[in-house]
Amino acid sequence: MKYAMVIDTLKCVGCSDCVVACQTENKVPVGYCRDWVTESVNGSYPQLNLELKSERCNQCDNAPCVRCCPTGASHKAEGGIILVTADECIGCGACIASCPYDARFQHPDGYVDKCTFCAHRLKEGQLPACVSVCPTKCMYFGDIEDPTSKVSHLLKSRKYKVLAPEAGTKPNVYYLI
Amino acid sequence: MNNSRRSFIKISALGAGGVALSSAAFSAIPLNDTINSGVSKIKPLPLRRTATYCEVCFWKCAAWAYSDELGSIQKIIGNQNDPHCFGRLCPRGTGGVGMYSDKDRLKKPLIRTEINGKQEFKEASWKEALNLVAEKMQNIKDQYGPESMALIKHGSPGSHLEHLFKAFGSDTIAEPAYAQCRGPRETGFGLTFGSWVGSPEPTDIRDTKCLVLIGSHLGENMHNSQVQEMSDAIDNGAQIITVDPRFSTVASKSQYWLPIKPSTDIALLLSWMHVLIYEDLYNKEYVEKYGHGFEALKKHVKPFSPEWAYGITTIKPDQIRKTARTMASAAPSTIVHPGRHVTWYGDDSQRARAVAILNGLLGSWGNRGGFYFKEKIKIPKYPHPEYPHPKWGWKEIGEKFPFAEMGNTTEVIKASIASEDQKYPIKGWFVAGTNLVASVPQKNLIEKAAESLDFIVVMDTMPMEITGYADVILPECTYLERYDGLRSSPNREPSVALRAPAVEPLYNTKPAWWMAKELGNRLGLSAYFDYETIEEVLDWQLKQIGSSLEEMKKIGVKNFKRKSGPLYLQKGKPYEFPTQSGKIEFYSDELASLGLDPMPVYTPHETPNRGYYRLNYGRSPMHTFSRTINNPNLSDLTDENTLWVNPKVARIENLKKGQEVWLENQDGKVSQFPIKVRVTERIRWDSVYMYHGFGHNNKKLSRAHGKGISDTDMITRIKVDPLMGGTGMRGNFVKIHIENPAKEVMI
Ligand code: SF4
Ligand code: SF4
Ligand code: SF4
Repeated sequence: MKYAMVIDTLKCVGCSDCVVACQTENKVPVGYCRDWVTESVNGSYPQLNLELKSERCNQCDNAPCVRCCPTGASHKAEGGIILVTADECIGCGACIASCPYDARFQHPDGYVDKCTFCAHRLKEGQLPACVSVCPTKCMYFGDIEDPTSKVSHLLKSRKYKVLAPEAGTKPNVYYLI
Repeated sequence: MNNSRRSFIKISALGAGGVALSSAAFSAIPLNDTINSGVSKIKPLPLRRTATYCEVCFWKCAAWAYSDELGSIQKIIGNQNDPHCFGRLCPRGTGGVGMYSDKDRLKKPLIRTEINGKQEFKEASWKEALNLVAEKMQNIKDQYGPESMALIKHGSPGSHLEHLFKAFGSDTIAEPAYAQCRGPRETGFGLTFGSWVGSPEPTDIRDTKCLVLIGSHLGENMHNSQVQEMSDAIDNGAQIITVDPRFSTVASKSQYWLPIKPSTDIALLLSWMHVLIYEDLYNKEYVEKYGHGFEALKKHVKPFSPEWAYGITTIKPDQIRKTARTMASAAPSTIVHPGRHVTWYGDDSQRARAVAILNGLLGSWGNRGGFYFKEKIKIPKYPHPEYPHPKWGWKEIGEKFPFAEMGNTTEVIKASIASEDQKYPIKGWFVAGTNLVASVPQKNLIEKAAESLDFIVVMDTMPMEITGYADVILPECTYLERYDGLRSSPNREPSVALRAPAVEPLYNTKPAWWMAKELGNRLGLSAYFDYETIEEVLDWQLKQIGSSLEEMKKIGVKNFKRKSGPLYLQKGKPYEFPTQSGKIEFYSDELASLGLDPMPVYTPHETPNRGYYRLNYGRSPMHTFSRTINNPNLSDLTDENTLWVNPKVARIENLKKGQEVWLENQDGKVSQFPIKVRVTERIRWDSVYMYHGFGHNNKKLSRAHGKGISDTDMITRIKVDPLMGGTGMRGNFVKIHIENPAKEVMI
């Protein structure tokens, strides 16, 4: 089993509800975030194209943040989710430097934090907070190793991309385009 | 495909609602120690949930507020059974926690006083503050009559005070949501179909095949259920046509974006009608059956060809034709959206009428995928003596506007300025839940009024700018800490939602219902407040409609069956529209009899001179009005507005990204603060754009103070709608200054 998130950029309106939901769900201190929304505009008036993307840790298959962690605090857990064991994290910042997506941050309490795909919610059979709240329902979550899952289906039937594929990290957050 | 997604969401959201659930949605993930240790350092406390409906904006989504054992609110999540939100809140609703946790909140009653010749606020007890308010209100009543005390309000607190004011004998009541926002479209649609659009709009977006948005940036304007339905419509392959000089978010999701020259929308609407009629694309059967004055309209729009409109709107004739055909081929499942905040150029009711007529030609009113017939539950009034009859009120104050159906805030403000021939003298204001300074343009009027009034009391949760004009400030607790009236709003099916306090009010704040009752007692109006607590009222009301407070606390929202009849027009069954003619009025005899245009006409509006740009403004999805800018969670997302300028303009004006500039309008009004430049292709070169609600000048708003520019502050010219008195706010043009021009003058 491998968890993946599939986000439909054709529906996202860039409202950042996913960001607020994550902050309140995970008690992310104000001023920090585990997910964020980017906007890119192409073309010139009036021939324009706008892409909005809700971004977060890509829970990479080939995760440099895990490889470079000296204490083993950063590790790969069930379902391919990359987690940080706060008690083991010494806050050296090696993982922050190694992540090509800038997905990690130093929590004011000293340890490194990032998106967990809301693992605590998954255990309860709930969706990640961001997915559960998104008003355009443009975020999908599930097991991409299960060919019958919605996410697998979307990746089969729609065009998509991942961020910075050239980094070779094999991300598990996909953007439908 | 859709079904599986829906059920998937439903199960998980049930879990979010706190209902015990085995790991049904993700049975594959076992309880696992690695995950336990990696999830978080913070051990969550058990949470308790309380039914509420959101007050961060006016959409009023029903929700569950989760609080911990320590009595603090942790998160807010949509109520799955609510037709306003389908279990999902918008970012503002999710960030509602910040309204509660904001340390800058008003904390104690305050009274204006003079200390060492300087005006100050001193802290007061509730008794002192309420006694003073009651005394001042009574003085005004004794001296001038109760009508001279005006209520300017918005939202839930406003309705408690409305009851107090009506009991007191005043109908001098207004809210900026009418003349400054959606009033014109109610008039335009009312004149055409006989019904208001209302809130939420009965747009059947879920089933639409073509959605037309004119200056309406749905998605940035987070009208929750509509945004959700729009997303479903996109999934279902609906076409979207967006008319906007700015490349709005929804423009980027549209098949057709018409980058119109600002102020020319009526020309486009007329030429769309021309195409529909002269290409024989309109819904003939529908028009014949339900229409009034079609032949007159046909004659009227004859000259307005797409070629004619091209010269005015800058939209190519071919685009006008194509989009009209798209609308027609989807009809009657086409929605030409009535929009919100439609007060632009003073001919707004007529523009709204053009929108309504277009819907009429397409046959969308009363048809699936167009506009449905909404229904709501009437909540019985808790018994009280009859209200006295005021000698005058909002109607008389706005008497020059024949179609005004609610109080006009600007007219109330004008009537508050002392003058020789003050026909309807207003001497006191009670301002509740609306930061007038940011919602009503022409600040000089507010200042003049504030000077002439005997008394101003402001009730709010935050130290908004308007509190600075107050004699007494009453700190209201937030919606998460109080009961309020039941929410009963029109939808496909009627529903009722409860707001109950999730926690005790922080500081020394109180709910509006309590303040209204306390004031009522002091004003000798106890008979109108014949209950101890609002729980009694709510329980009584709920029992009348077949529920109870106890039940509602458990479920939050109760849905009822429709009683008024089918959702759409029925084939073969006659239907009478509630208009004069009983039909859809393409031609309005009523308007003609008053010497007004019976059908919409295009009139050119002023355009900016060289060096000036039209000031356009709109919404950021993270904020509501000016009231959320200081919210810690939401200001974390967007804490200032920027000035959108086209790269061409940036080149001409020599502007760089991120640079701070000042604005000056054509009346020489200079912005209070600078604003950062955002160079973007998403805006036309004849306009600039900014988010509404920023540029707070109250230092007590520690996060919001001095961040960006207040668009309202730059609006000194308004274009008044002759039909209903709406204050069109797109008449100001601005010049961009690299240095602060006001500073130079001061030296
Ligand atoms: S909540 Fe959904 S629509 Fe809003 S920004 Fe996030 S992904 Fe986009
Ligand atoms: S996105 Fe960054 S933090 Fe997340 S797994 Fe990949 S490398 Fe690690
Ligand atoms: S999955 Fe959870 S932790 Fe990750 S961004 Fe979404 S809400 Fe935040």
